[in-house]
Amino acid sequence: MLTAILIMSGLALVIGVILGLAAIQFKAEENPLVDKIDAILPQTQCGQCGFPGCHPYAEAISRGEADINRCPPGGEEGIHRLADLLGMDVKPLGDGQAQAKPKSVAVIDEQRCIGCTLCLQACPVDAIVGAAKQMHTVIAGQCTGCELCVAPCPVECIDMEALAEDITQWKWKYPRYDIKNSALNTNG
Amino acid sequence: MENYALILVGTVLVNNIVLTKMLGLCPFMGVSKKLETAFGMGAATTFVLTLAAGASYLINEYLLGTDYAYLRTLSFIVVIAGIVQFTEMFIRKTSPVLYQVLGIYLPLITTNCAVLGIALLNVQAKHTFLESLFFGLGGAIGFSLALVIFAAMRERLEAADVPAYFKGSPIAMINAGLLSLAFMGFSGLVK
Repeated sequence: MLTAILIMSGLALVIGVILGLAAIQFKAEENPLVDKIDAILPQTQCGQCGFPGCHPYAEAISRGEADINRCPPGGEEGIHRLADLLGMDVKPLGDGQAQAKPKSVAVIDEQRCIGCTLCLQACPVDAIVGAAKQMHTVIAGQCTGCELCVAPCPVECIDMEALAEDITQWKWKYPRYDIKNSALNTNG
Repeated sequence: MENYALILVGTVLVNNIVLTKMLGLCPFMGVSKKLETAFGMGAATTFVLTLAAGASYLINEYLLGTDYAYLRTLSFIVVIAGIVQFTEMFIRKTSPVLYQVLGIYLPLITTNCAVLGIALLNVQAKHTFLESLFFGLGGAIGFSLALVIFAAMRERLEAADVPAYFKGSPIAMINAGLLSLAFMGFSGLVK
């Protein structure tokens, strides 16, 4: 029995070492632009852009296949930074995309939580603590507000609560100028 | 020498791994829509299969022996998974285009039953190391041959006037059956 375990672990170790060396040897140089775009994206991996995660979306942007305005969690600031990086015009969040919401965090109603751990598995940033049959809670500082934990909850005990604006996060709103309507006004 | 040639002919034509032994049908149906992809998949599988046949022989002969024969399937799968990972890195480095095209089917070579099948058949037939290698290579060439022929047929089928209910996969399945029948013609070529 012990020998069998030793054989399998030895085999796994040898293959692991070989693969590790190969990973260094065959390290694929990726497009550096992709990494830069990926660094700007919020890494919520929420998929609201229509791609399976932030990195695939970054790849699609770098190939020019996707617009820069498809990331609701990144919000307007994200679009501005992407536009700066790529030398493109800033545009509002895309039509099909969820519109930017006030920054909010998930809150678990601990009375109703049955400790099923489904939301733990859904959370892309590990912002939920808890264990099976123990009630869970959200670490507000880690929560990105991606809403991925809301759907899996079987007892619907997770709500999104908007964060009140306070002095630490308030900023000037970007000036909005409605070109279409103002043109009508001057002509008419 | 004659022995090795016979193993090659035998595995490529007579006991074709896909069309006679019915192993590895997932990539056979999945990656045969385009000829180029079929070539790429054939090449990747050939690489993996030959290496896996050799590696599994060494493991079975020198690591497991008869005492730990029950570890065979487990250790073979581990080795195959390792080789596939290696191939994936290699292809990603050398041909990003092929990496993109093969997509999910590349890691799925791990679960291609032809690879494990060849490794186990090698043990069953008590092949030597070189015989195992040739058996693996032959099986892989047979797999690639079936895949490429089938992909070429499917490309033509796209343009063919097929009854509506048979369009797509159903007619491809029928063709796979016909191709398999055609390969029955080789039976008896090598004993």
